[in-house]
Amino acid sequence: MPYTFTVSPDFGPDQLANWHIFNTWLQRQLTTDIHFETFDSFEDQRQAIHEGKVDIIYANPYDASFLVREKGFVAVASPHHPDETTVAVSATSPVDSIESLKAGCRIAQTDDPDISMMGMILLEPADLHKENTETLVQDSYIQVAKALLQNQADVGFFLADAYEGLSNLVKSQLKPLVNSDIQIVSHALLLGPQLLDRKEELNSKLQSMSDEPQGKNLLESLGFQAWNPIDEEEMEFMIDLIEALAA
Amino acid sequence: MQDMNPADIPGEYREVLLNLYDGTRRTVLVTDVETPYPEGKLIVSRTDPEGRITHCNRSFVDMSGYDESEIIGQPHALLRHPDMPAAAFQDLWETAREGRKWHGYVKNLRKDGGYYWVYATVIPNVRNGKVVGYTSVRRKPSKKKIAEAISTYAGMS
Repeated sequence: MPYTFTVSPDFGPDQLANWHIFNTWLQRQLTTDIHFETFDSFEDQRQAIHEGKVDIIYANPYDASFLVREKGFVAVASPHHPDETTVAVSATSPVDSIESLKAGCRIAQTDDPDISMMGMILLEPADLHKENTETLVQDSYIQVAKALLQNQADVGFFLADAYEGLSNLVKSQLKPLVNSDIQIVSHALLLGPQLLDRKEELNSKLQSMSDEPQGKNLLESLGFQAWNPIDEEEMEFMIDLIEALAA
Repeated sequence: MQDMNPADIPGEYREVLLNLYDGTRRTVLVTDVETPYPEGKLIVSRTDPEGRITHCNRSFVDMSGYDESEIIGQPHALLRHPDMPAAAFQDLWETAREGRKWHGYVKNLRKDGGYYWVYATVIPNVRNGKVVGYTSVRRKPSKKKIAEAISTYAGMS
């Protein structure tokens, strides 16, 4: 039976195609069958993880916390490409700072737990929290943008990379209020309990990936320069940080 | 911990003798200049189990006014402002040493005698069932919460 590789469901179709190619690379490097599985939502993915149906995952830091501490996964490498959040409103909105947002405001966001958490932290200076705001969950970041443009939402949370990836036409109709600058939390590639004995081997292959033209091109298509190894303590620190933020 | 140096303080200041949690004392020099919290950033540090700083991020360094080399190895009380009641820090350490998460609003002291407010969370770093240190993460507080904290702390010792 093949192993299963999946990525955080916050990636768009273009990125998923590149991750599919990465899966092919992964199979060649580990000389084993690996099936690339995608999930429509974080909830579906978590269910599959609970059922032991995921062996390798490129996870966001929020999910990495429960994968490492509850499911026995280990972190292998990270692109050290930080996950940052952009909070934006419609360009026509009278709101021009976080502090001018009011209780009762409608927040468009995806179900990405990282961005949702960081977005709410960025709203704290306006005394906004889950109990005095309305959350409108969207299927994608382009839908978050649409909810702002159609005045269905007052403010939107975006993965900063996704915001930057919006078309210039859409971006010209939006107004960013704040960008997070956390720097120290990023996605990571994790191996499940069934593959722990392949960790060093995979780490070595990932480190040399940027040395070959094909591997380098693939990394660039994923938006990275290189994979950097993560030791256990670095991962534990990132998890401590996420747990502190979730307070 | 060394007393603060008048040469580091621009303009007028007042001198206060602090009684620290570990039983030591420090003379601090204080001004009324507030440094605004940097937008979108988190201030992060880690300490050993005794509260000495082992790691800090760029935002921590920038907001403290110290060089990183002046921070590492120092007790976290380096940032202790005299307007903060001792009881708040006693609660922080008792909570963290019991392995629980602490959070609260804190007025921090800068090297130049000025201050900045944060909403701080402290969690114990547990490895193999043992507390090996503490992580503290600070974020931007609202003006309303700062006003409430000022009022609360004014009535505490």
